[in-house]
Amino acid sequence: MERRTFLATSAAAALATGLAVPASAQGKKAVIGVSIPSATHGFMGGLNWHAQETIKRLKATYPQLDFVLATAGNVGKQVNDIEDMVATRNIDALVVLPFESEPLTSPVKAVKDAGKWVTVVDRGLSQPGIEDLYVAGDNTAFGRVSGEYFRANLKPGAKIVVLRGIPTTLDNERVDAFQKAIEGSGIEILDMQHGNWNRDKAFSVMQDYLSKHKKIDAVWAADDDMAIGVMEAIAQSGRQKEMWIVGGAGMKEIIKRVMDKDPQVPVDVSYPPAQISTALEVTALRFVSDTPVYGRFIIGSTLITPENAAAFYFPNSPF
Amino acid sequence: MSDAAVQKPARTAQLPGLSALGPLLALILLVVLGAFLNDNFLSQGNITNVLARSAFIGMIAVGMTFVITSGGLDLSVGSMAAFVAGVMILAMNALLPAMGVGVPLILAGMAVALVVGLLAGLANGLLVTQARIEPFIVTLGTMGIFRSLITWLADGGTISLDFAVRQLYRPVYYSGLFGIAWPILVFAVVAIAGQIAMRHTRFGRYCEAIGSNDKVARYSAVGVDGVRLMTYVLLGLLVGLATIMYVPRLGSASGSTGTLWELEAIAAVIIGGTALKGGYGRVWGTVVGVLILSLIDNILILADLVSPYLNGTIQGVIIVLAVVLQRGKSSA
Repeated sequence: MERRTFLATSAAAALATGLAVPASAQGKKAVIGVSIPSATHGFMGGLNWHAQETIKRLKATYPQLDFVLATAGNVGKQVNDIEDMVATRNIDALVVLPFESEPLTSPVKAVKDAGKWVTVVDRGLSQPGIEDLYVAGDNTAFGRVSGEYFRANLKPGAKIVVLRGIPTTLDNERVDAFQKAIEGSGIEILDMQHGNWNRDKAFSVMQDYLSKHKKIDAVWAADDDMAIGVMEAIAQSGRQKEMWIVGGAGMKEIIKRVMDKDPQVPVDVSYPPAQISTALEVTALRFVSDTPVYGRFIIGSTLITPENAAAFYFPNSPF
Repeated sequence: MSDAAVQKPARTAQLPGLSALGPLLALILLVVLGAFLNDNFLSQGNITNVLARSAFIGMIAVGMTFVITSGGLDLSVGSMAAFVAGVMILAMNALLPAMGVGVPLILAGMAVALVVGLLAGLANGLLVTQARIEPFIVTLGTMGIFRSLITWLADGGTISLDFAVRQLYRPVYYSGLFGIAWPILVFAVVAIAGQIAMRHTRFGRYCEAIGSNDKVARYSAVGVDGVRLMTYVLLGLLVGLATIMYVPRLGSASGSTGTLWELEAIAAVIIGGTALKGGYGRVWGTVVGVLILSLIDNILILADLVSPYLNGTIQGVIIVLAVVLQRGKSSA
C-alpha cells in the first residue's frame, strides 16, 4: 500500500510540475517528450518506475530541462500522445519506446522531419535512419550469456529444459543465441515450450516437464517471472536439490536470491528496464553540453552473480 | 408454462441421451490418447496437477453456467479474479502487523476475497438488471476496469504476499485430505452443489425458464431481475472462492493474472452442452468441458507431438470437434 501511494504521489507530482511550467514562459528551457507503453506487465512496470525516477533526478540536476511524460496503453494512444506533444507542448526532443515498430514509424518520422531530436528505445522503427540515437538491450547477448553459463557449469550429457516467451522475433533471437552457445557441449535440451513470460503458464508447463522427465539438471526459464513459477512447480515436486534455474531480466526478488547465494538460483542475466534511464540521461546530455551523443547505444546483457548483484538491485522498483 | 419447460430436461438428465454423452466421449478419448502417448500421464502426480490446475477455471465455469443458462454472459471474471487476488493479498499484508501470522489472518483474507468477489458480481448484476445494459457491454466494461485496477494496485508490477504468511497459507493449494488436493475437493463440492442447484432447485429451474423466454417467465410470476442478479452474485462469489485457492499457489497477483480465464470458462460451459443463448444448462457437462481444456494442454506438452507454435491449432480443433460431436448427434 505504502509503495503505491508513494509512487502515485510522486507520479502525480512529476506530472503536475511537468504541466505547470509552460515551455514558452521559460524561454530557453529545452523540453524533452517521453512516450512509453503503460505498465501492463512487470518489465514495463519497472521501466515506468525508472523513467519517473530519472526524470525527477534530471530535473533537479539540470534546471534548464523540462520533461513531458506520457504512457500509452495501445498503439493508437501512443500516436496521439506524440502528435499532442509536438502540437501543444512544443518539444525539442522525443524519447520513444514504440509499442509496435510499423505503426509508430511514420508519426516518429514526422517528429524528426519537424527538426526535433529523436531517441528510440528498445524496439527499432521499421525504417532505418530516422532516429538520432538508438538505445536498446541486446537480445542475442541475453541468450548467449545464458548459454555460456550452462555450458561452463554442466557436464556433457546433462539434460535441461527451456521455457520460451511469447512467440516473437525477440524470443527467437534469444533462443537461437542460447542454442548456438551450447552447441557441441553435449548438453541435451529435453523440451522447449512457450511459457508466455507468465508465472501461471510457466508453473503448469514446468509441472508437466517434471512429470514427463525423470532427470532434469537445469532449467533455462529465460525470464524472472517464469523463474518464479518454475520454482514453485519444482518445490511442489520436492526436486529442489536436483536442478538450478536461470531466469532473466533482473527482477528484484530474483536478484535478492542471487545476492543471498540461493543454490537454486545461482545467477541471473540482465535485460534492464532501466535502459529508459540510459536513453533519458544521454538525450539530456545533448541539451546541456556539447557531448556528441548520436549513434547506437546497445546495453550489454551481463551475468549477474552474487559478487555484482548489488549493482542490479533496486528494492524500491516494482519490478 | 415454465414448469413444463423445465421438467423435461430434468428427466433427461437422469438418463442422458447419446447427445449429452458427446463431451464425456471426447474426454474419455483424450484420457486414452494421453495414456497411450505417455506412461506418466495416469500417474497420481500428473492427475493431481491437471485437476488442481482446472479447479480455478472450474469453479468459475460452474458459476458461469448459471449466468449463461439464464441468458446472460460475464466477460469480466478473469480480470475480476486478478483484482480480487490483488485486494486479498494487500489486505492480508496490511492486517499482518495487527493480527500476526496465524490462521485468523488467513481467514480474514478469505473473507475479504469472498466479499470483494460478491460485491464485484453484485455490481455486474445491478448494471445488467437495473441499468438494463446488455451483459456483454457491462462485463466488457468491468473487465477493463478490474484489469486496470489490479495493474494500478500493483503499480505495474506484482503484488506479493508476505513470505511468512505465504508459508502458512501454501498448504491450501499444495496439500489436501486423503491424498486429494484441496482445490480438487473444493471444486468437486462446488460442482456437485451446482449440479443439484441446477437440476433440483427452484433457482435452477428459474434460470432455464428465464434463459428460454424471459417474458413468459415474467408472466409466470418469476422474479426475473432477482434471479438474474443472483446468478451474477453467485458467479462473483465463486470467483472469490477460486481466488482463495489460487493465491496460495504462487502467492502473487499482477496485471497478467487470470488473462483469458473468461474465455476458457465460457468455452468449457459451451463444450459441456449448455446453450450459449441460454435456456438450458448442464453443470456436469461444464466440469467435463473444463477437464477437456486442461487435458489438451497437458497432453500437448507431455507428448511433444507438434511444434509448440501449433498448440493453439490443436486446442481449437479439439474444442470445435467436442461441440460438433454433441450437436451432430442431438440434431439426428
